[in-house]
Amino acid sequence: MLETIWFLLWGLLWAIYFMLDGYDLGLGSMMPFLAKNEKDRKAIFKAIGPFWDGNEVWLITAGGVTFAAFPKAYAVMFSGLYTALMLLLISLIIRGVAYEFRGLVESEWARNLWDKAMVVGSFLPGLLLGVAFANIFMGIPIDENGVFQGNLFTLLNPYGLGGGILFVLLFAQHGCLWLAVRTTGELNERAGNLATIIWPVLVAVYVAFLALTGVYTKLLSNFLAHPVLLLILLVPIFAIVKVRTLITARKWWKAWACSAVLIVSTTMFGVIGLFPALLPSSINPAYSITIHNAASSQLTLKIMLTVALIMVPIVIGYQFWMHKVFATKITDEDLGY
Amino acid sequence: MDVLMLSRLQFAMATMFHFIFVPLTLGLSVLVAIMETMYVRTGKDIYLRMTKFWGKLFVINFVLGIVTGITLEFQFGTNWSRYSEYVGDIFGSLLAIEATVAFFMESTFLAAWIFGWKKLSPKMHAACIWIVAIASNISAIWIILANGWMQNPVGYVIRNGRAELDSFFEVITNPFAWGQFFHNGFAAFMVASFFIMGVSAYHLLRKNEVEFFTKSFKMGLITAFIFSIAVAAQGHHHAQTVAKMQPEKLAAMESLWDTAEDGAPMYLLAIPDEKNERNSVEFLGLPGALSFLAFNSFDAPVKGLKEWPKEDRPPVTATFISFRVMVGLGTLFPLLCIWGWRNRNKLTENKLYLRIMLYAIPLPYIAIWAGWAVAEMGRQPWIVYGMMKTSDAVSPIATSQVAFSFIALTSLYTLLGACELYLLARFARRGPEPTKP
Repeated sequence: MLETIWFLLWGLLWAIYFMLDGYDLGLGSMMPFLAKNEKDRKAIFKAIGPFWDGNEVWLITAGGVTFAAFPKAYAVMFSGLYTALMLLLISLIIRGVAYEFRGLVESEWARNLWDKAMVVGSFLPGLLLGVAFANIFMGIPIDENGVFQGNLFTLLNPYGLGGGILFVLLFAQHGCLWLAVRTTGELNERAGNLATIIWPVLVAVYVAFLALTGVYTKLLSNFLAHPVLLLILLVPIFAIVKVRTLITARKWWKAWACSAVLIVSTTMFGVIGLFPALLPSSINPAYSITIHNAASSQLTLKIMLTVALIMVPIVIGYQFWMHKVFATKITDEDLGY
Repeated sequence: MDVLMLSRLQFAMATMFHFIFVPLTLGLSVLVAIMETMYVRTGKDIYLRMTKFWGKLFVINFVLGIVTGITLEFQFGTNWSRYSEYVGDIFGSLLAIEATVAFFMESTFLAAWIFGWKKLSPKMHAACIWIVAIASNISAIWIILANGWMQNPVGYVIRNGRAELDSFFEVITNPFAWGQFFHNGFAAFMVASFFIMGVSAYHLLRKNEVEFFTKSFKMGLITAFIFSIAVAAQGHHHAQTVAKMQPEKLAAMESLWDTAEDGAPMYLLAIPDEKNERNSVEFLGLPGALSFLAFNSFDAPVKGLKEWPKEDRPPVTATFISFRVMVGLGTLFPLLCIWGWRNRNKLTENKLYLRIMLYAIPLPYIAIWAGWAVAEMGRQPWIVYGMMKTSDAVSPIATSQVAFSFIALTSLYTLLGACELYLLARFARRGPEPTKP
């Protein structure tokens, strides 16, 4: 029972991470298409500045919870996906530093350099996380000792790459909507337009990825065994349609919230399909890492659950406050004009 | 080089780089919080300017600490998967609790502090930096509880082929860990106060903003005075814990080869010769001094390294030198503070002292690095003392992967370190913003 609760919490923590870091990573990667001048770039940095760090802690928590609740899954997953994770780390380091250093340097070439670092450092995590999770959904070649029999290129298969593209698009749209929330005038216009352009591409990729999921993975078997679960799929479908109408209506906060629901429900759809495995083995299902062979002791799970049930609502509370106070429309005065 | 050696190098590099930023964060956050509280209480402009100036340097330093911290959490899984699987039940939960309880608070409220000058009331704004300061130090508690468990594993049972939690209470009251926490915490205040004194000395030498930097220097001086004594006294206490719980670490710290049944001496100068299991030079021995320092009695027996088989001994020379460096610097700090105290009312006149304090900025960093080197190298060959060897902990992965990540991370960190140093130096030299009319 505790294992199942932790499995769902594990999935939810990753989903919240994607939802929150998703908008800043997505907006960062779209900056070249959105910013025409220095003032625009400043506005984009300002739109993300107060939030990226708090959002990134969800990654540390999701990683930490994998470690604490399912140590074996953490061990096999992180050592198996070694190079992909190192690239993820390096990207996140570069973009975090870019947020800080860009405001401190004074020469134009240095600002340009950090702009580029921010864009690359924002684009790669979306891609890598998508590739990683698609491979987790599909299963990776792990042997009976939990040793990964492959390399970075094993992960770059069609389904993995499909997951990467899907994540990049989900994040990109999410980020555009965030910029629309935070701006007025021309930049707001451009953000809305770009979200409109991304939308049909996202829908096409989403449908294709879902079809590929049926072909490449066993995710759907849980849903076919319990058809009532298929109702969950209505959430992302509803959300993706609603995003489009809300963009037309220029209701930015609501559109962004719908996009958030889309990301969370998509992740949870995959996680529920995965149950009870955390990391299926593509060599032999018997070698899969599941909640049964990877969970921590009951005592640890109990203590961790107590901590999570107390602390996570508090964290959500003050992060909500943070967004409420600081996610206001950016004015010329904020940018020093 | 194999995966083990590369992984150790990578972990050491990533941890030491991360630990350039952490101690300054721990200490300076509290000092900036005090400055802002003084501003809120007195309304004096000088305290606001101090908050802004030192706060800016604090923030520049903070970010690299944040981004390089993620590497450390990830590395347990990527490079030490056998370890993670074996002890994750205990060790993993401490890291997860750290993130939920402390790290969220630290990151969220620092952002509120940086961006909230106009949006928050002065009291609320000051509260934010206090939350950052408290959360940073709570964060250190959980991380050091995790490290302390590797030093002195408690509250576990070996079950299902791994270490499982038996008593959470024992884990969080681990005396070894708390000794480390206070030692490290006090040392962090040394880093922060020497940083403030050093930067202030730079400006006082140039007679720039004399009132501002005299006030700052004195704040640093008082802090350094208190903590230079606290860190030494507490360090002595912690060394006695080490002597009891990790006798081979103590033997390596002192390069003591043969067991001394009735009192071990301490040599002011010794040169270890690991190959021949002796010291090639031993000079100025104080009889019974080591026994007294370690066990409060001049004739207490102290175990020598030869008690352990060669493969179970820590690297002696490295541990021995690191310990000497830490203790030597720890002795120097109170002396520098006393000198400063005697000059406290005529700081700008004593140029020699100011110049020394400017160049003393790196010294507490070196001391805290050396201290961690003693703790970590002195624990080898164990990753968890007495339970699991480092060589059994490493991931079953390809050498080429680790070689790639080691080179990539080292190059990236070198570049970032250079940028960071440049920016810190530039904003430190520029001094505070002029008073607004």
